[in-house]
Amino acid sequence: MAETKPRKLAIIASKGSLDMAYPPLILANAARMAGVEVDIFFTFWGLDIITLKKMNKLNVAVVGNPSMHPWFHIPTLLGIIPGMSAAASAMMRSEIAKLDFPPVGEFVQLVCDAGAHLYGCKMSMDMMKLTEKDLVCDAKVLGAMEFIEMSEGAQLLFV
Amino acid sequence: MSVLDSVKFDADGYLEDPKVWNKEIAEAIAKREGVTLTERSWIVINYARKEFETKGEAPTLRAITKNTEVDTKELYSLFPGGPGKLAAKVSGLHKPTGCI
Repeated sequence: MAETKPRKLAIIASKGSLDMAYPPLILANAARMAGVEVDIFFTFWGLDIITLKKMNKLNVAVVGNPSMHPWFHIPTLLGIIPGMSAAASAMMRSEIAKLDFPPVGEFVQLVCDAGAHLYGCKMSMDMMKLTEKDLVCDAKVLGAMEFIEMSEGAQLLFV
Repeated sequence: MSVLDSVKFDADGYLEDPKVWNKEIAEAIAKREGVTLTERSWIVINYARKEFETKGEAPTLRAITKNTEVDTKELYSLFPGGPGKLAAKVSGLHKPTGCI
């Protein structure tokens, strides 16, 4: 019988809005709960999720976002009024907290403690003038090619 | 003959009837899953059983780490190979439905 390798999940997190930060974190955490190995590659705006100065300040876009219903639907024209995005983000944070899901910063730490490996995309880091010190403690900087090599045999998820 | 021969499990290895669970069954399930139970594991198991008795289902891992002295890192070391599944299995509960 062939040796069974442990199941692996490789997630690419490319979006940094509040609503797009949760899916990779929830799925990574769920995978760890089920004993699946997890590597997450944070690239472009996804890098904000593991950047210390930004992780707890992510916002949801209200302009051009048709999916805000049912709890906070804002017509696009009203969405351009200053403070709308902040208000919608505060509303979303409170809804998420009601479900007992942690804020982004705490969630990243949870996923780390659960044994997921976090990587910041080197090219995005250079573009945003960040170094490893700007990232949450457990994250490492990695080139795209290395991530692709590392994720050999893994199931791949792009968010 | 193992104590597990006298009880039924579902296809995923969770005890079918959580009410027949006892400490001896917990030890036997842990052995089957390759987990060694310590005093710290029992903090988790006892909390899970208490939650089941009041709420009727297995607690989420977040609830375990928030309401016991066992933190996330320790939880993963106590139940290596996926505490989401193993803690519930050893506690004789059904597969947890929570997402966190």
